[in-house]
Amino acid sequence: MTGWVQVRHGQAAFQLDVSFSASDGVTALFGRSGAGKTTVVNAVAGLMRPDAARISLGERVLVDTSAGIWVPPHRRRVGYVFQDARLFPHLSVARNLTYAQRFLPDSTPATDQGAVVDMLGIGHLLQRGIADLSGGEAQRVAIGRALLSAPELLLLDEPLAALDQARKDEILPYLEHVRDQADVPILYVSHQISEIARLATDVVVLEDGAVRTSGSVADVLSDLSAVAATGVREAGAVIVATVAAHHSDGLTEAKGAGATIWLPKVAAPVGAPLRLRIEAQDIMLSKSRPDEISALNILPVEIIALRQGDGPGVMVQLKAGDARLLARVTQRSAKGMALAQGWTGYAVVKSVAVASGDVGIGPSPGHL
Amino acid sequence: MLGPAEWEVLGLSLRVALVAVVLSLPLGVFVAYALARWSFPGKAVVNGLVHLPLVLPPVVTGYLLLVGFGPRGPFGIALEAVFGTGVAFRWTGAALAAAVMAFPLMVRAIRLSIEAVDPKLEEAAATLGAARIWVFVTVTLPLILPGVIAGAVLAFAKALGEFGATITFVSNIPGETQTLPLAVYAFLQTPGGEGAALRLVVIAIAVSMAALLVSEAVAGRAAKRVAGK
Repeated sequence: MTGWVQVRHGQAAFQLDVSFSASDGVTALFGRSGAGKTTVVNAVAGLMRPDAARISLGERVLVDTSAGIWVPPHRRRVGYVFQDARLFPHLSVARNLTYAQRFLPDSTPATDQGAVVDMLGIGHLLQRGIADLSGGEAQRVAIGRALLSAPELLLLDEPLAALDQARKDEILPYLEHVRDQADVPILYVSHQISEIARLATDVVVLEDGAVRTSGSVADVLSDLSAVAATGVREAGAVIVATVAAHHSDGLTEAKGAGATIWLPKVAAPVGAPLRLRIEAQDIMLSKSRPDEISALNILPVEIIALRQGDGPGVMVQLKAGDARLLARVTQRSAKGMALAQGWTGYAVVKSVAVASGDVGIGPSPGHL
Repeated sequence: MLGPAEWEVLGLSLRVALVAVVLSLPLGVFVAYALARWSFPGKAVVNGLVHLPLVLPPVVTGYLLLVGFGPRGPFGIALEAVFGTGVAFRWTGAALAAAVMAFPLMVRAIRLSIEAVDPKLEEAAATLGAARIWVFVTVTLPLILPGVIAGAVLAFAKALGEFGATITFVSNIPGETQTLPLAVYAFLQTPGGEGAALRLVVIAIAVSMAALLVSEAVAGRAAKRVAGK
């Protein structure tokens, strides 16, 4: 199913003019605070009326201001997971989960509640009250509640933003389960590149109320022109690798980017696909293959393009096997090594630089 | 201890107050919701009208009720035509006067509780498929229940003690419109009636206290539920 979103909305100080399409999988809506992300998802959910909009979900038109079409939120079949879980305090966890049931049309195929509960690991919480839940638990229940409304699209508006890092790490695997098992397209709003790198199939980058760029997560995150919008410090490409072996010294061997990649131990079986985010600032470039170096990952690369930033850095786009990487080096290094398009050499990455939080497990989207 | 006359006064008072509160409660919730959540032209006027009985001298409210609902008042004539009987000088009139006088207190309490409900929860319910009326029934109403109970009890206490508007509108007719405060007043006007008046005063204190205790208990339980415990 493909969703089309076209929204124009203006307040005096801020004009939003956005259009994009979202297909199956996770479409991430990325942008800094105030870029207009929440306005877009609220328009999709029907919680705000944009000045002009056309939003459709498959064959169903949800909004068409020029044709006077406005489907009220309760008939949109759009599940919404808010940043603050917004669970109903007067209902138990179990009754929060079943809240949507009474409103489902009889023709709706029954959602397997047990499967959703298992997928999110919330079986032990069912009889609890809302006040006893931790932030992470509440957010998992909120995801389950939205899934059990049999949505045709799931909106997640910065579902991790209000949580500390430990809670984020706790929920991310569950979000991967939802992506891979729930069979519902997801629009995921975030300003955290690491979340997007781990979860998204496609990325739409919003900047100042407009779409800056969009495409597959591998393309957008290795796109030099998108770096300004995503942030130089957080810049980093996503590559796909396959688990080849686990070694007794605590490392996992994976194949990807045309080479062998060594990672801190990953809890995934041999043959499982991984998505790795390698931050641009964690890559060193070397003309010759370095030996006697502590870094374990040495990937043969070729420079595709360079882009000079405002500061002392240069962002370098690299081709490694069939994958693309971003590396950030100083202008002095770039000059000294004569880095240019077509330059071939080696990218050096410490194995510990691939943080465990940046390793995603699960089927990779086909076009990554 | 209580004579038949006193039982009659107590029974009538409870009936008047109960009918006044039960019949005005749905309207009270509706008006409170409208004032808390909607913006509409004339909102300030509606708000003023609702609160007027709180600030007007009760005798003025009673007189206005008499003008409107008396045998020759427009509403009185309409009621006579539809039901074959009016409310003037009847216990139903006493209930009407009590309801009007208690209405502002009821609306204020309920409105405060509605304003305390996070509209984001109602939005969440809408995205889960609940139409507006269902959002109200399944989310808003359970969450404001402590406030509704508090408003109803406050209104009940006010209705039980209503004096000025009642005596002006429906007079002081034993067995028909003579509620507890009117009976106390009548006994105090009668030489040697102090003893009877005192017994009624004790009854009034007991009934009011019981109502407060019951409402505290019910509202406490509801508040606990609303807090997600």
